Amino acid sequence: MINNSPYFRQPASVRGVMLKVLAALLPGLAAYVWFFGAAILVQLALCSAAALAGEWAMLAIRKKPVWLFLSDGSAVVTAWLVALTFPPIAPWWLGIMATLFAIVVVKHLYGGLGQNPFNPAMAAYCLMIVAYPQIMSQWPAVGFTDFSTQLTAIFGPDRHLDAITMATPLDALRTQLHTADARATVAGILGSHATFGNIGGKGWEWVALGYLIGGVWLVRQRIITWHIPTAFLATLAAIATIASLANPAVFAGPVFQAFTGGAMLCAFFIATDPVSGATTPRGKLIFAAGIALLTWIIRTFGAYPDGIAFATLLMNLCVPLIDMHTQPPVFGHKKDEEEDKKGP
Amino acid sequence: MMLKKLFAFNGGVKPDYHKGESNHLPIAAAPLPAELVIPLHQSIGGVPHPLVHAGDCVRKGQLIGGPDGNVSSAVHASTSGTVKAVEPRLMPHTSGLSAPCVVIEPDGRDEWIEHAPVPWRSMSPGEVRDALRDAGVVGLGGAVFPSHLKVNPGKLGHLDTLVINGAECEPFITCDDMQMRERPEGIVKGAAILRDLTQAKQVLVGIEDNKPEAVAAMRAAVERLKAERIEIVAVPTRYPAGGAKQLIRVLTGIEVPHGKRSTDYGVQCFNTGTAYAVWEALELGRPLISRIVTVAGNVETARNYEVHFGTPMQDVIALAKAKPDSDRVIMGGPMMGYRMPSAAVPVVKATNCILVGSKALFPPPPPEMPCIRCGECALACPVDLQPFEMYWFSRAKIFGKAQEYHLFDCIECGCCAYVCPSRIPLVDYYRFAKSEIWARENEKTAADTARERYEFRLAREEREKAEKAAKLAAKATETKAKLAAQAAAAAAAPADAEAAGAAVPPEPTSTATNDPKALIAAAMARAQAQKAVVHPENVEQISPEKQAEIAEIEARRAKLREVAKAAQPQEDQ
Amino acid sequence: MIEAVLVMALGAVVLGAALGYAAVRFKVEGDPLVEKIDAILPQTQCGQCGYPGCKPYAQAIAKGEAEINCCPPGGEEGIRKLADLLGREFKPLSAEHGVEKPKRVAFIDEQTCIGCTLCIQACPVDAIVGAAKQMHTIVAVQCTGCELCLPPCPVDCISMVPISETVETWKWTYPIFEVKRAA
Ligand code: SF4
Ligand code: SF4
Ligand code: SF4
Ligand code: SF4
Ligand code: SF4
Repeated sequence: MINNSPYFRQPASVRGVMLKVLAALLPGLAAYVWFFGAAILVQLALCSAAALAGEWAMLAIRKKPVWLFLSDGSAVVTAWLVALTFPPIAPWWLGIMATLFAIVVVKHLYGGLGQNPFNPAMAAYCLMIVAYPQIMSQWPAVGFTDFSTQLTAIFGPDRHLDAITMATPLDALRTQLHTADARATVAGILGSHATFGNIGGKGWEWVALGYLIGGVWLVRQRIITWHIPTAFLATLAAIATIASLANPAVFAGPVFQAFTGGAMLCAFFIATDPVSGATTPRGKLIFAAGIALLTWIIRTFGAYPDGIAFATLLMNLCVPLIDMHTQPPVFGHKKDEEEDKKGP
Repeated sequence: MMLKKLFAFNGGVKPDYHKGESNHLPIAAAPLPAELVIPLHQSIGGVPHPLVHAGDCVRKGQLIGGPDGNVSSAVHASTSGTVKAVEPRLMPHTSGLSAPCVVIEPDGRDEWIEHAPVPWRSMSPGEVRDALRDAGVVGLGGAVFPSHLKVNPGKLGHLDTLVINGAECEPFITCDDMQMRERPEGIVKGAAILRDLTQAKQVLVGIEDNKPEAVAAMRAAVERLKAERIEIVAVPTRYPAGGAKQLIRVLTGIEVPHGKRSTDYGVQCFNTGTAYAVWEALELGRPLISRIVTVAGNVETARNYEVHFGTPMQDVIALAKAKPDSDRVIMGGPMMGYRMPSAAVPVVKATNCILVGSKALFPPPPPEMPCIRCGECALACPVDLQPFEMYWFSRAKIFGKAQEYHLFDCIECGCCAYVCPSRIPLVDYYRFAKSEIWARENEKTAADTARERYEFRLAREEREKAEKAAKLAAKATETKAKLAAQAAAAAAAPADAEAAGAAVPPEPTSTATNDPKALIAAAMARAQAQKAVVHPENVEQISPEKQAEIAEIEARRAKLREVAKAAQPQEDQ
Repeated sequence: MIEAVLVMALGAVVLGAALGYAAVRFKVEGDPLVEKIDAILPQTQCGQCGYPGCKPYAQAIAKGEAEINCCPPGGEEGIRKLADLLGREFKPLSAEHGVEKPKRVAFIDEQTCIGCTLCIQACPVDAIVGAAKQMHTIVAVQCTGCELCLPPCPVDCISMVPISETVETWKWTYPIFEVKRAA
């Protein structure tokens, strides 16, 4: 068959997009390995394998061209996001199950590539944190990078983790605010504890910086637009600023919020998932701002290690509505719309 | 020279331009073919009716297709010769369908019909428009909209800006470029005529800045001719800067929405080739019978040719020597062009480029992937649409929703499909959805007309029944009177006579009656009694001779019916 | 956990409220039912449904006297639309009323026509022009293809011809189909 015009096409492909996303994760990943050890690489491998296996099985069952879709790289991106949001020393089956859930249930049962209304990685995270809250909050201590101990933690039958785990900065802050005596303030805790590093938690801040660099590169590569990261970070920072100005004793400041937990990953890699996110420019701003607001609320008042996953899923729900009401004006129709507004 | 402030349109792409291949050789005249096949329908609007018959001798420039109404444009013989046939021939259209064409065998003398300059300055605007229509001048950028409909100063009586479109943004095509280099004076003179006809305050000729020679040649021509209020503006090269609305936006900042007349916004846009054709038509009195066509793509020597309308594309391609692996012929450029069903189709007014394609030059698209909603297409769309939404609904055949997302604003420029990482043939979906919506729209109009006509008929039948009843009633009264005079009582049906008698109007021919129900009742009763001699109902006012003739026919018909019955008894049920 | 559930519930409520508002705000005032049904019927006026025309059939449906699957020219698509409009179950076209056929128009063989005007009387939409004893012609754009003019013609000179596609009415095909065909 001979196709119709246009006969020229840019050599862009879904695979190219996905590979660039993976490449953009590398700086953050490097910092991750440096501060938290190589266990994350094992998790990445496990999750990627699970994702590809799950993808292959689902494509075969749904009678889709297996190689075409398997090679598009979207499953691997999902796998990496699962691995990067999970504790690196989680038992091996956790990441695999989570990835399979993301691929099989959240992606394929909703129709496969391009059809899932929810972010698969975040849905998997929510499932696991509800199912295994204990395991999901066991993070290795910063600087504890002994690989064999970590391997034992991942694969070993008995997991004596107390020695190597440590509360994440977010957790630590919250726990101490709740448990310590009434005189404890955010400033005091952040300044005094070895967990908190310079701005966003020791080690964590460097990983976040890595994600930031990769994310900015993605924007420059036109894989993502500036709207979501900017709106997300700006909103998060704005709320944090207002809150910490109102009561500096209880609320952490903007820099801490932006550089800790999964905030940076969310800003550039999770909220920007095009399939489940808003698509119009204004819609993207609203969508990302919504995630930031919910993230802050859940982080501050909730009991979970981080709020990005729930926040993302909640905003995923609102996407159709947001998109519907934020359609950009079409060429030549800008005036009509103004007139419409002026009219009765 | 003052630097003009330019505006930008959103989106657009920068494909490989491939212009250098065809713009280094001067325009050559393509020889006359053995047979010219001139389609009658070469512009938007009504199909011109043929004015010649097989066997007629025609001369160059002779009218062979008369415009059908005002939204239509004339068609002329491209050379002198003999009309071989007026018959359907394969059209230069992707459908591969045929349409009426005038087939002319050239006599080789290429003899012009008498023609003289049109004294357009002393003519009324309406007359100038008629002259342009009869000269067959249409938009030569590819849209072939009849130009006379656009030569119009608009509501205000004058235009702010007349835009002459020499942007030529499609890859491969250089026909406007070469025409501007070689024949700038005709274009500038044409632009001046259009300026005067539309009362435009200024004329801006937009040319993409990848054509510096054309810009220089046009500027020189403006200087030489001392043309007033005509400015040549180099615009940034970005596809589709040559879209009429995009160019208007770039030059004036005005956005003309879909479905609105640009004159309402004080602007109008003509192609450079059209300006040239206007000059030829009015100043030289020559109708539009040829155009410059780029032959490019998979050929040895890409070049521009002046081609007579009706010349088979394959003859022109032969001049440029197509490479052996060529597998298709495209009319237009690679972004918006249309695949031709055969290389034998004729060159028409819309043919700005004959693009020869091959698998190597235009590789078949990689397999289509699902849309990942990445939004690339929306960034590339020059009309600020959300192509993936339109795609989604077109694909699901939810056409109403696709229209809500402004499907009909789409100019089918192909930018979205060009950038889509999932390589979805987006434009194909839009074409499909658009033609499907048009078809439904037509069906609906047809149904509405049918409903109206049916209701009209019912009303008329009602009225006729009433009228007949009135007539019969009148007759009945007469009969009754006679009967009364003869004192022969109770011979006629009393109910019939009474009912009818009660409602006899003084003038039996009047259409409005005051008691239709009674009349109808009477008519029904009467009709029952007279079933055998009922007359055709819709042949009013038939003279007695005619009546006799009908009777004759009826008799013949009765015979025929018997014959038919005998022949096909099973059909008579 | 509880916060998440609460927030989700809140989200659902907000969403529901917004949707409800939209439904109320953008609700359109409807035509009377018969008009709506009549708008779906194809207006062929052929009487195959057992009623003298589309409007009477529409009235019968509105009154609940008729099934929705009796109109062959409307075909499956028409039945589906009626089912949607009326909230009734979709049924396949009832065979006793006829079968769905591609649309055709009547054509009079002008050599044979004796000008008897009988077809004119039969045509529900006055698509035939001609005077007594003159040859008759069918105005193709007005003809609905109802075939009512065929039986009365004494010389059987009317035939139904399929509507041929022209460059103007040609439709682009659905892209997916082409891929499948080529594969
Ligand atoms: S460019 Fe293609 S994949 Fe991306 S949103 Fe548009 S249609 Fe979908
Ligand atoms: S083809 Fe239509 S939708 Fe696509 S970029 Fe062009 S105008 Fe926009
Ligand atoms: S069967 Fe004929 S008359 Fe009845 S509704 Fe359908 S088109 Fe109209
Ligand atoms: S011409 Fe014949 S087929 Fe056409 S609408 Fe009239 S009666 Fe029906
Ligand atoms: S019924 Fe037949 S013969 Fe009579 S006018 Fe019509 S087409 Fe002609």
